[in-house]
Amino acid sequence: MSVVSNNIDVRNTIKNNMKNRKNLMEIIMPKLFLLAGLISILTTIGIIFTLVSDGYVFFTRVPFREIFSTELSPLGIEPSFGILPLINGTVITSLIAMAVAVPIGLTASIYLSEFASKRARKLLKPIMEVLAGIPTIVYGFFAYSFVTPLLMRVIPDLGAKNALSPGIVMGIMIIPMVTSLSEDAMNAVPNAMREGAFALGATRLEVSMKVVIPGAISGIIASFVLAISRAIGETMIVVIGSGSSKNFTFDITESMQTMTAYIVEFTSGDAGMGTTGYYSLYAVGLILFIFTFLMNLFAQYISRKYREEY
Amino acid sequence: MMDNTEKKYQVRAFLNRDGARKRIKNRRFLDEFSKKLFGSSTLIAVVVLGILFYRIIRDSIGWLDFDFLRNNLSIFPEKAGIFGAMAGTLWLMAVVIPVTIILGVSTAIYLEEYAKKGKLQSLINMNIANLAGVPSVIFGLLGLTVFRRFLGLGSSVLAGGLTLSLLVLPIIVVASQEAIKAVPNHLKEAAYAMGATKWTVVRTVVLPASLPGILTGCILSISRAIGETAPLVVLGVPALIMKVPDSIMSDFTALPLQIYYWTLDAVLTAEYANLAAATIVVLLSALLLLNSIAIYIRNKYQQRY
Repeated sequence: MSVVSNNIDVRNTIKNNMKNRKNLMEIIMPKLFLLAGLISILTTIGIIFTLVSDGYVFFTRVPFREIFSTELSPLGIEPSFGILPLINGTVITSLIAMAVAVPIGLTASIYLSEFASKRARKLLKPIMEVLAGIPTIVYGFFAYSFVTPLLMRVIPDLGAKNALSPGIVMGIMIIPMVTSLSEDAMNAVPNAMREGAFALGATRLEVSMKVVIPGAISGIIASFVLAISRAIGETMIVVIGSGSSKNFTFDITESMQTMTAYIVEFTSGDAGMGTTGYYSLYAVGLILFIFTFLMNLFAQYISRKYREEY
Repeated sequence: MMDNTEKKYQVRAFLNRDGARKRIKNRRFLDEFSKKLFGSSTLIAVVVLGILFYRIIRDSIGWLDFDFLRNNLSIFPEKAGIFGAMAGTLWLMAVVIPVTIILGVSTAIYLEEYAKKGKLQSLINMNIANLAGVPSVIFGLLGLTVFRRFLGLGSSVLAGGLTLSLLVLPIIVVASQEAIKAVPNHLKEAAYAMGATKWTVVRTVVLPASLPGILTGCILSISRAIGETAPLVVLGVPALIMKVPDSIMSDFTALPLQIYYWTLDAVLTAEYANLAAATIVVLLSALLLLNSIAIYIRNKYQQRY
């Protein structure tokens, strides 16, 4: 009898102790942490809400035929809001950037993951990291003060503001991103597969081309898509390098305006609240957001769906 | 008959040593060649970095001196300085650092330690992955609408700081999550076995063990925030401001903005390009210092379990 009652006592003591220990911190902290986590969701909701609500006003004010025209003169006497020049500028600068970043980034990642000695890798990777950490405004200054004058020597009729120079610099900016993401994908290819090919007498090039790249292709393509998304959203380089011409042109030696540059030009200018120009900012922002969001989803989808499981 | 001789011929060709040697030689040549080619494309990155540093330092020589750091803006390029911009950046960081650390680390702790595996957790995770890909101008528009228009914060340090905090939040969350994930389970289980509660475990085991990783993430996100320009421009942070900020509600300008406006002005007056270059040297030095600290922490305090 006494033993049993003792047992119950111990149990009660423990229960009481645990109850005491369920103090304020135990109850409050998880809720605070959850609150912090919800702020990130709130940010997304805020972004979407802002863009959609103010962008919606724009779409009700401007007829669709005007939006899908090549006429853009928001501050003209008869303002016109065609989005095509901006989309054109964005796509062209991003394509130039990809033309620079894809070949260099991919070959650099092959070199780092398949060819480079340990010492070379130890030396080169931090340099890539430094390159990735440089603020884009610095790249913008570089495009303006170095790349454009340099290109002018090769192409005499290149404008002081043009799409080519910021495109190239943007490509340089995203090289580290393509390289590190592709290299991660290549490192995930198991060594046994490489060694199998080596044992059959394949050279490093053959192993890279026939084993590693096919094995890492999902990650490599995902890195390209993310790089495009980054190029589309890039702002300061194009603002400084490409100027603010709103012409619809395919000539890369001329000034073009991207969607991001339009937003920056218009906010720092005098877009009075309530004007159609003011709402056009949010409409352009909305389109930009949808572009990059779809790209990011696509990248996630590719790397999940086509991942080779080893 | 015909078929047979053809086969023999093929076999002979296969055994043809010279041919085989030649093929191997070709393949090895291609291998060596591609090594050099791929290596040189890696080198392009190095060369560009070298040119970039060289040009910026060359342009800044003669302009970057003690007076440049001490003076404020001036209509004369020779007398202009970045004291106000440096103060603005420091004030900005005084908002960004506490806000991002508190929000970011709390989110990471929630996701890794408290959240049940389920819809909410994967929703927050997915949301953070997507936020990381949102262009920085969009955050500028968010700040313009929410902090400037709805909350009436104007283009103050607080509005700019909160905008930048939201922008760099994903970086610190992901880094802290990685650091917390790396804390081995047996450490936590030992603490639980001794009767520790969840909060005690988080406070005394998880956080101390993951601190180096979290700090590295903090520094990375701060160095991203220091260099961000676009959101501040969109927020309407003024180009010219003579007053040095003295509280979180005052108007300000920051180093990257100063670089931006001086680069734009360089079309008219060439000296402004030198001022921009000198400001870039200051900004990049700060970033290099921060990154070295991050690397130091990573190497020194990273424990392997």
